[in-house]
Amino acid sequence: MTVTYEEALQRYEPVFGLETHVELGTTTKLFCGCPAVFGAEPNSRVCPVCLGLPGSLPAANRRAIEYTIKIGLALHCGIASWCRFARKNYFYPDMPKNFQISQYDEPLCTDGYLDVLVGGRTVRVGIERVHLEEDTGKSLHVGGATGRIHGAEYSLVDYNRAGIPLVEIVTKPVPGTGFGAPGVAKAYVTELRDLLRSLGVSDVRMEEGSLRCDVNTSLSVRGSGVWGTRTETKNVNSLRSVERAVRSEIERQAAVLDGGGRVIQETRHFHEDTGVTTSGRSKEEAQDYRYFPEPDLVPVAPPAEWVEEIRASLPELPSARRARLQAQWSLSGLEFEALHNAGAVGVVEETVLAGASPADARKWWLGELARRANDAGVDVSSLPITPQAVARVAALVASGTLNDRLAREVIDGVLDGEGTPDEVVAARGLAVVSDEGALTAAVDEAIAANPGVAARIRDGKTSAAGVLIGAVMKATRGKADAARVKALILERLT
Amino acid sequence: MELTRKTAAELSALLAGGEVSAEEVTAAHLDRIAGCDDRVHAFLHVAADGAVAAAREVDRRRAAGDELGPLAGVPVALKDVFTTIGAPTTCGSRILDGWQPPYDATITRRLRQAGAIILGKTNMDEFAMGSSTENSAFGPTRNPWNLSRVPGGSSGGSSAAVAAYQAPLAVGTDTGGSIRQPASVCGIVGTKPTYGGSSRYGLVAFASSLDTPGPLARTVLDAALLHEAICGYDPMDSTSIDAPVPPVVAAARQADVSGMRIGVVTELSGEGYQPGVMARFAEAVELLESLGAKVTEVSCPNFRYALPAYYLIAPSECSSNLARFDAMRYGLRVGDDGSAGAEEVMSLTREAGFGDEVKRRIILGAYALSSGYYDAYYGKAQQVRTLIIRDFEAAFGQADVLVSPVTPTTAFGIGERADDPMAMYLADLCTIPSDLAGNAAISVPCGLASEDGLPAGLQVMAPVMADDRLYRVAAAAEAALTERWGHPLIAEAKGLGTSEPWFSGERGGSA
Ligand SMILES: [Zn+2]
Repeated sequence: MTVTYEEALQRYEPVFGLETHVELGTTTKLFCGCPAVFGAEPNSRVCPVCLGLPGSLPAANRRAIEYTIKIGLALHCGIASWCRFARKNYFYPDMPKNFQISQYDEPLCTDGYLDVLVGGRTVRVGIERVHLEEDTGKSLHVGGATGRIHGAEYSLVDYNRAGIPLVEIVTKPVPGTGFGAPGVAKAYVTELRDLLRSLGVSDVRMEEGSLRCDVNTSLSVRGSGVWGTRTETKNVNSLRSVERAVRSEIERQAAVLDGGGRVIQETRHFHEDTGVTTSGRSKEEAQDYRYFPEPDLVPVAPPAEWVEEIRASLPELPSARRARLQAQWSLSGLEFEALHNAGAVGVVEETVLAGASPADARKWWLGELARRANDAGVDVSSLPITPQAVARVAALVASGTLNDRLAREVIDGVLDGEGTPDEVVAARGLAVVSDEGALTAAVDEAIAANPGVAARIRDGKTSAAGVLIGAVMKATRGKADAARVKALILERLT
Repeated sequence: MELTRKTAAELSALLAGGEVSAEEVTAAHLDRIAGCDDRVHAFLHVAADGAVAAAREVDRRRAAGDELGPLAGVPVALKDVFTTIGAPTTCGSRILDGWQPPYDATITRRLRQAGAIILGKTNMDEFAMGSSTENSAFGPTRNPWNLSRVPGGSSGGSSAAVAAYQAPLAVGTDTGGSIRQPASVCGIVGTKPTYGGSSRYGLVAFASSLDTPGPLARTVLDAALLHEAICGYDPMDSTSIDAPVPPVVAAARQADVSGMRIGVVTELSGEGYQPGVMARFAEAVELLESLGAKVTEVSCPNFRYALPAYYLIAPSECSSNLARFDAMRYGLRVGDDGSAGAEEVMSLTREAGFGDEVKRRIILGAYALSSGYYDAYYGKAQQVRTLIIRDFEAAFGQADVLVSPVTPTTAFGIGERADDPMAMYLADLCTIPSDLAGNAAISVPCGLASEDGLPAGLQVMAPVMADDRLYRVAAAAEAALTERWGHPLIAEAKGLGTSEPWFSGERGGSA
């Protein structure tokens, strides 16, 4: 049986949690001196340590620990004064040592939160822990239909990724978001991505796998207060997928429960193409990782002064910046969220800094430019126009040099690479006709050509002036200031 | 001049004085190996070409007037657990068959930089797991004192090579006694430095929190010379101690125990100890007292839990350390006929590549770390470890050094304990506490047991980073005992004289 999302939400309350892995942007790997780079020739950024050769030993990268603490502090976590790495033991060909150096019961950062903006209100997502671990190599399964190891003819392994520092950020379970659960999950990951970028600890390229999510979902029968069995959905690697995975798991679990079945604690795989999850490993088959403290590394004991130094170096965090800008620009929560969702906060801020009014900056970036970006399938911020150019266009409109239609043409020119707004105005001859004599002549001409309309205006139907304005604009090829034209018409006919 | 009979210190002086060349010294030892290693089997790989080339380079540098260290031109044998560019590293296991490491261990690199001549790689119990070298996949090493006896283990190849005059110096590793016990039963000197005092980078791990490289030599001074050359801080090993090497060579030359407080550990004696071993030990203690030391008894009640704790911690770490041997990137690969998956090839390779003792410990360790058992086994063993450290701290409050026999018996017969792991494990009863606590300890010959005429050893234990105290006491005992015997103990080894039957086929040994 199938259950629609709406039906599911009538009977069940979803609870979700997220485990996010982020590759840190350190110069070198976590335990050796190999460069941590993306896209190099396979197995060209390796050494005895990250290949796990017999006899090799790890030595922890101080910068990676600093970045992890930075993330922890930005997430309002407590920082452990003493903690250890642990070995997570399991066999897999892309794991050079057949154990992963991770952290287990002594994470570097614990118990924080991240405020997320959804639907004009703020949802606080609790952070359970943030810990540091090494990434594995990357397997490429050749042959077979699925690209998975099962059914493949052979597999290739690239160890360039092995040992790249990876931070795992685990949320506490998030209840009470109801219908909006998938949206909150997506907003959390978006917010986290922005936070990590603003901290400068990772460039967070999701498409290159530098941010990967596992989504835990469970349902609670409405009013019962009892949380159901959770599933862990792996392979959720885009913002859109996070939303879809939560939604699809809610629908699937509701169908299972409605059918009298029980949800099994298991790992599920999310399929980008179909948007559904399929069963992976169940808890009964779950591996025992035989965690124990990593004896090759000394405990991590960040001195309190160092932690305070890092705290002092934190940039303004996205949520604080949002609150500041929203107030400065006098926007409602929803208005600000619209800017945020369009990815336009940064460009609007720069446009305002370049002299435009917040209202003008917002109008251009959310209107005309958002449309252009949408047509081109890119972010507004990657359009080939600078916030300074947009501010100049707004200034030209404010001074009456351009009207809105001409301003759009100027923007066209800038986007086409014809130069600065002033250069485009000059080259295309786009300034409004400000010669009062020429404008008066055009108005008189329009009145003469449309006696019926003129008569109606004289009778008090001033709304008919639009026809005459249109005629003047046509005659001046759009270069007239519409407000001035209207004033001249009314001056003559009323 | 019989160059193979010289100590490292003597060779160093001869080389510095230009009386012999490094090439001559190296050739003499290679000849000795060629002449007797078919019976001793101390070496898994003799690096003759590399050794001669290195010796020529030392001679060239000396001729050019370069400043050279005390070990320049002195041969050394390296346990086959250290990675070496240009020579295989097997750890005594089939599973590393054919592996040529692409990098040098820190200790290998330091030896090369010191101009020491690496003669080859010595035999060992597979992955250093054993006390007899019988667990080597490439056949046992024999004790030069009596070829039907074991040379101890796991550094049995290194101890036999030094005892058989194949090398004046050797490097071993000590995890539960693997330097001191073979040194003791081969009648030579062996030191386990403070954990973290010698680098583990490039030492193929058995139990990371215990493994400690250290020197073996025929004299205390020679051991100190090698100790000083291989020890010291290494940023490649996070557990390495960032402090100067204790002044061990000066201490070995000082050889003075007057006023030192020596504590005899009550718990390391009694039932199961061979009377002849205990007699030699008691005499050695009396001798130290006669030299001006103050001898007291100290009690370390938790030492009796050391062996069981060790056999939980070491296998736990080994079960994880040895997981990397999976046929994917190096070494043996079994079952890769195109039909088997990766997991199956891993399984078949590990089945064929590991010996019984290694499998036993991997299984033990995997069990001890399993969820539901961790607290009762691994967790409890770590608590015992803390108690043992406290016992040592209390004892070192009463004494500057502690002493005990090195091992309860002299060398046992080959095959005698091979099928009785528990009996084998008892060989490390006295040495394991220092491994668990990470402090320094040395084994120095103290005579022959009356029952079998085989060597017994005196163990001296010192606090963390007080390795120099070991050498003061050991050198004092060595000097007094040598004077009493009229010659070094090793001179009593019947089979070692060039005219003796078991060396009848020998070609060289002199230069
Ligand atoms: Zn590397």
